[in-house]
Amino acid sequence: MSMRDAVSRCVHDGDTVVIEGFTHLICFAAGHEIIRQRRRDLTLARLTPDLIYDQMIAAGCARKLVFSWAGNPGVGSLHAFRRAVEGKRGGALEIEEYSHFGMVARFSAGAARLPFWPLRNYMGTDLPTANPRIRTVACPYTGEALATVPALNPSVTIVHAQRADAAGNAQMWGLVGVQKEAAFASERVIVVVEELVEEAVIRSDPNRTVIPGMIVSAVVVEPWGAHPSYTQGYYDRDNDFYVAWEGISRDPDKLARYIDEFVYAVPDRAGYMEKQPGLAARLKAKQRRSDGVNYGF
Amino acid sequence: MAAVAARELVDGEVVFVGIGLPNLACNLARATHAPNLVLIYESGAVGAVPERLPVSIGDPALVTGSLMVCGMADVFQLFLQNGRIEVGFLGGAQVDRYGNINTTVIGPYERPAVRLPGSGGAAEIAVHARRTLIVAKLSPRAFPERVDFVTSPGQRCGGRGRRELGMPGAGPVKVITDKGVLEADAATGEMVLAALYPGVTADDVQKGVGWPLTRRPRLGAIAPPSVTELRLLRDVLDPKGLFLKS
Repeated sequence: MSMRDAVSRCVHDGDTVVIEGFTHLICFAAGHEIIRQRRRDLTLARLTPDLIYDQMIAAGCARKLVFSWAGNPGVGSLHAFRRAVEGKRGGALEIEEYSHFGMVARFSAGAARLPFWPLRNYMGTDLPTANPRIRTVACPYTGEALATVPALNPSVTIVHAQRADAAGNAQMWGLVGVQKEAAFASERVIVVVEELVEEAVIRSDPNRTVIPGMIVSAVVVEPWGAHPSYTQGYYDRDNDFYVAWEGISRDPDKLARYIDEFVYAVPDRAGYMEKQPGLAARLKAKQRRSDGVNYGF
Repeated sequence: MAAVAARELVDGEVVFVGIGLPNLACNLARATHAPNLVLIYESGAVGAVPERLPVSIGDPALVTGSLMVCGMADVFQLFLQNGRIEVGFLGGAQVDRYGNINTTVIGPYERPAVRLPGSGGAAEIAVHARRTLIVAKLSPRAFPERVDFVTSPGQRCGGRGRRELGMPGAGPVKVITDKGVLEADAATGEMVLAALYPGVTADDVQKGVGWPLTRRPRLGAIAPPSVTELRLLRDVLDPKGLFLKS
C-alpha cells in the first residue's frame, strides 16, 4: 500500500497517533504524509517527540502532546513545541507529561489490556502534581504504596522496521525502543519498511520478528522513510540535520518554509529524496554483518 | 569536569550513561582505569563499546558490538527497577541544596518562562541507581536554594528523606562542578563543599551557589587533568569538540 493510502485509511482527525522509535526507526515519511493530508486535532504520543512532532505541531496537526522528553537529542530544544507551551503565548498545545519509565509502563498496560501499570517511582518528584493521572495504589500483598500510570491505547501506531513480508510480519534490529508494546496497545498498526521480503525470509529467523502480521492494518514499503532518523544496517542518523533544526525551528518563518519545501511541495518520500541528491551516499551504512544461527532440531 | 567525573567510576561497575559530558566521562574511564566498566544506555544498549562519540543517546554506534540490545521496558524494569544499576549520571538546569534536580520548567508549570525537555529517564534513575553523580556548571541561577520543579529527587524532598519516601537508591552522593565537588552530608542530606580545583577558593564556589554553602573542615584538592586524560579527551574521544566546547 502507498503511504498516502495507509494514512488516508488509518489516521483520522481527532485520533491518538503514535509514531514510535527511540532515536532509531522514527518514521518521518509517515509524519510528513499526515501533514500533507492536513490531519487536525490529533493527540500525538511518543516518549521523545523529536523533530517529527515538532514539525507536526508547527503544521497545526496537534491538539495535545503526550511525552516524557521533549528536546532535540544531543542538540537542544524543539522550538515549535516550546512556542506552543511557553509564557503568555503558551497554552496552544495541551500537554500530558510522564518520565520514560512512565510512558513505557503506559504502553505495557495498553498492550496487555490492563487499565494501569504499577511502578516504583515518582516519590519526591513534582510530576504527579503536574500530571494528576500519575497516581498511587497500595500493594494488596505488602501494603507498599506504588505509583501507577494509566494504559495508553492509541488509535494508530506507526512503526518503521528494516523488513517485513506482505502480511506485515516485521523484523527489526538495533534499538527496538517500545515499538512492540505500542503496536500491541494500538487499535490500528501501520508497518513501514525499508524492504519487502518473502515470508520464507521472515520464517528463517523468527526471533527477529517484533511485530506479527496479525496486528498489522497496513504495510508500506518506503526506503529512507526514517530519515533524518536512521535505520541500523541501512543508513546512519543525519546528525547534521538535527543540528540544523535548531536554526530552522527557532524562526517560525524558516520552519514554515522548510515544511512548504520538503513536505507540501513533494508528493511522497521518493520526491523528498530526489530533492536531496548526495544524501544517500553520505549516510549509507557500512557492512557489519551478523552470522546467522542454526534453528535446526 | 569530564576527567573528575571519570575518576568517580570504579572498574567493573554498571553505569547508566547519559549523553554529553557523562558519556565522555564513562568512555574516558573505560580508556584509563576502568576497562571493565559496563555501559548501559536507556535506549537499550547494554555493554556498549561505541567506536565513535555518540551524538545522541540512541546512536547506532552504541548497538554495534554491544553485549545485548533490549527493549526499553526491559531497560527500566529488568535493569533499573531490578536494582542492577550501580551508578547513574544526572545533569540539569537547576540543582538545589539537597540535590533535587529540575529539567522540566523555569517558572510556573502551567505557563513556564522556559520549557525544558522534561524527565526522560532521569526521575527513575534518581530513585533507583545505587548512587548518582550530578554534573553541572556553577552559577547562582543553576544552583538555587530550591528548584522551581523537582524532576529528579535528591536527598530530601519537601522535608522528607529518601528512606522515608521509599527510594531504593542512595541518591546524589556528589555534585561535580567546574570549580569544585560538593558531597551529600550523611546527617543532613545537604550538598556541602568537599573539594576544590587548583587555584579555586571556597568563596569562588560560594559565588556560584544560591544558599550558604557548608564547608567540610578539610577541603580536598582535586588534581588537574593529566596529560593522558587531556590527550584522550581532546584527540580520541571528542576530537570535534562536540561536548568539550563549553
